[in-house]
Amino acid sequence: MQTLNSYAPEIIRIVMAVVGGAVVVFGNALVMGYMERKLAGHFQRRTGPMEVGFHGLLQLVIDGIKLMSKQLVIPAKADKPLFMLAPIISFAPVFLPLLVIPFSDRIQGFDLDVGLLFVLAIASINVLAVLVAGWASNNKYSMFGAFRAVAQNVAYEIPMLLSLLAIVFMTNTFSLRGIVEAQTVWFIVLQPVAFIIYLICMVAETNRAPFDLAEAESELTAGFHTEYSGMSFSLFMMAEYTNMFIVSCIATVFFLGGTSGIPLPYFEYTGIIWFLLKVYLFMFFLVWIRWTYPRTRFDQLMNLCWKYLLPISLVNLLITVVVVKL
Amino acid sequence: MNVDVIEDERQHHFVLNMGPQHPSTHGVLRVLLKMEGEYVLDPQPVLGYVHRCHEKIGEYKPARAFMPNTARMDYLGALIYNQGYAMLLERAAGIEVPRRAEYIRVITSELNRIQSHLLWYGAYLLDLGAFTPIMYAFDDREHILDTLEDICGSRLTYCYCRVGGVCKDIDDKFIERTRAFIERLRGRLPMYEKLVNGNIIVQKRMKSVGNYTPELCARYGVTGPLLRAAGVEYDLRKAEPYSVYSEFDFEVPTEQQGDAWAAFNVRYREIEQSLRIVEQALDKLPEGEVMEAKVPKKLRLPQGDYNCSVEAPRGELSYYLVSDGSDIPYRIKVRTPSYSNLSVVPEVCKGMMIADVVTSMGALDLVIPEIDR
Repeated sequence: MQTLNSYAPEIIRIVMAVVGGAVVVFGNALVMGYMERKLAGHFQRRTGPMEVGFHGLLQLVIDGIKLMSKQLVIPAKADKPLFMLAPIISFAPVFLPLLVIPFSDRIQGFDLDVGLLFVLAIASINVLAVLVAGWASNNKYSMFGAFRAVAQNVAYEIPMLLSLLAIVFMTNTFSLRGIVEAQTVWFIVLQPVAFIIYLICMVAETNRAPFDLAEAESELTAGFHTEYSGMSFSLFMMAEYTNMFIVSCIATVFFLGGTSGIPLPYFEYTGIIWFLLKVYLFMFFLVWIRWTYPRTRFDQLMNLCWKYLLPISLVNLLITVVVVKL
Repeated sequence: MNVDVIEDERQHHFVLNMGPQHPSTHGVLRVLLKMEGEYVLDPQPVLGYVHRCHEKIGEYKPARAFMPNTARMDYLGALIYNQGYAMLLERAAGIEVPRRAEYIRVITSELNRIQSHLLWYGAYLLDLGAFTPIMYAFDDREHILDTLEDICGSRLTYCYCRVGGVCKDIDDKFIERTRAFIERLRGRLPMYEKLVNGNIIVQKRMKSVGNYTPELCARYGVTGPLLRAAGVEYDLRKAEPYSVYSEFDFEVPTEQQGDAWAAFNVRYREIEQSLRIVEQALDKLPEGEVMEAKVPKKLRLPQGDYNCSVEAPRGELSYYLVSDGSDIPYRIKVRTPSYSNLSVVPEVCKGMMIADVVTSMGALDLVIPEIDR
C-alpha cells in the first residue's frame, strides 16, 4: 500500500486499507474457525466437520448464515443500549492494529513510530467491551466472567509489555518494521525467556484455554457472552480470532523475524507467505494447548502472573538493559 | 483451597443459582450458592427435579416387576442395581443361583463399573476445562456398551438379571470381545496417565480441594471411592463379599489425603482392579445353567424385612424390602450412594472458590436420577 503513496489520492488509500483489513479479519475468522474445529476434531480422534463441502470446507459459510439469521435475544432486564454496544466495541477496534503490522516489506498500512504502543493500546479496548458485555447482560455469570477478564487482562498486560520492552531496548525502536529489520538473528534465540513469557501472556490476553477464565463454561456457563446470540455472539468470536491473529503477528514480528525466510521472487510482496506461515504456527499452538490442557483456577492464574511472570520479566529486562549498555 | 470468610452484615452477599441447567451439574441438580465475590459461603443443593417415585411404584406391582425400575435409578450402574435387587429377592425367597450365573453377574457388573468410571473420568476432566479426555474415554466406553448390548439387549438401562440367574447366557463372542477389551484398556491406561494424571494443571486443580476425613464420612454416610479416598479401606466386595467376589484376587485402592485428587486416583485405580476381576472371572467361568429352574411363577416373599447391599460405582447401595407375605412388596426403600455423598457438599464446599465447588462436586461423581429416584 505504501507504493500507492505517490499517486493515489488519500481516499483510495483509506478504502484499500479498510478493504484489506476487512479481508484479513473475515478471512482469518473463516480460516481459524475451520482450523480450530478441524484440529479439535483430530486431537479428539474425530474428523471434525465433514458434511458441507469437501472435508467440511463450507461449514463456516453455513454457520455464518445460521448466525446471521438467528434472532438477537435481549434479556428483559438488560441494559439495552450497552448490551447492543458491547459486541461493537469489541469488534470495531480490531481493524486498527492490522494497519501497522508489516505483513511484508511493502504490504503495510503505515509504519508508525510507536507501532507497538499503538497495537497494545488498541488491543486493550477489548477488555472494556468484555466488561460492558458482562455488566449490561444483567446476569451473574456474565458479570463474573467480565470481572475475571478485567483482572486477568490488566495483570497479564504488564509482563507482556515488559517482555517486549526487552526487545525494544535492544533495537531502540517501537516501530514494528524497525524491529523486523533489526533482526539479523531471530530474537527467539537472543531472548528465549522473553519469548516464553510472551507466549504465556499471549494465551492469557486472548482469553484462550487454559486461561479462558472469562468464559469458563463449566463454572460460568459461557462467561461474559452467556446472554449473547446470533450475530452479536459471532462478533465476539471474530474479535477473539482477530485478537489471536494480532498477538500472533506481534510474536512473529518480535521473535521470528517477521517476513524473513528463504527469499522468493518479488520478496517485498511474497514475504507475506512466510509471515502468515509463522502467524498460523502460533495460532496452531493456541489451538493445540486449548484442546489439550484443563483450565487453571483463577487464583492460580493470578499467582502465575504476579509471582512468577512479572518478576522474571523484570529481571530479564534488567539483564537485557545491562548487556545492551555494556 | 478453603478460606475462612468472615460473616459480616455490611458486606454484600449474593446468591448464584447453579442449575438446574448448568454444564457441570450433569443433570438437573440445582445448587444455591451464597457467594461473596468468588468465594462460596453456603452451598445448598436443591433436589427433586427428576423424582419419579420409583420406590412408590414398587409398592404397586409384583416384586419381580420392579427390576427395570432399578436400572433407571442409576443409568451408569444399571447392572449392579439389577444384581443387588435380584440378590435381595433371592435372599428373601431362598433361591439358589447357579454358579455360572453368579460369574456372569460379576463380569457384567464389573464391566458396568468400568464403563461408569470411564464416563466419570471424561466428564470430570470436562468440568475442569479439558475438552479432549472425554472423547478418549467415550471411545473406550463404547466398546463396553457394544459388548453388553450384545447380551443384554440395551446399552444403558439393562434388565439382565432375573430372580434365580440371568436372562441370557454369554457366548464365545462375548468372551472374546471382553478379553480384547481388557487388552485394549490396559494398553490405554498408561496413555491416560501420561496425558492427564501427570499434568501439572490437573494436579494443582485437584490437590487439597475438599477435605474428607473418616469422621466426616461417617457422619454423612459417605461411601464408595470418596470414603476410600479418606483412607478407610471399605469396599463391600471385600468387607462382606457377596456373590462370588471372595473367589477373586483384587485390591481395594485407598488414598490418605481425602481430597479431590485422592478420589480421582482411587477411581482411576479401581478401573484396573475391575479389569483384574473380569479377567479372573473369565478364566474361571464354570459351565452349567444360567437360570435356576425352580423359581415359582408367582414369587411370594415370606413375611418380614429384607436387606441387601452391594457396592455400586458411587458407593454402597442398599435395598430394603418389607413384605407382608403377598407377591407385592409392602414397601421398598433404596439407599442410593449419591444421595448421602451429595449431602456432604454444604459442609465441604464452604469457603471454596466457585471453581473448586465444581471440582469437588465432580469428584462426587453424582448421578442425579439416582439421588431423586
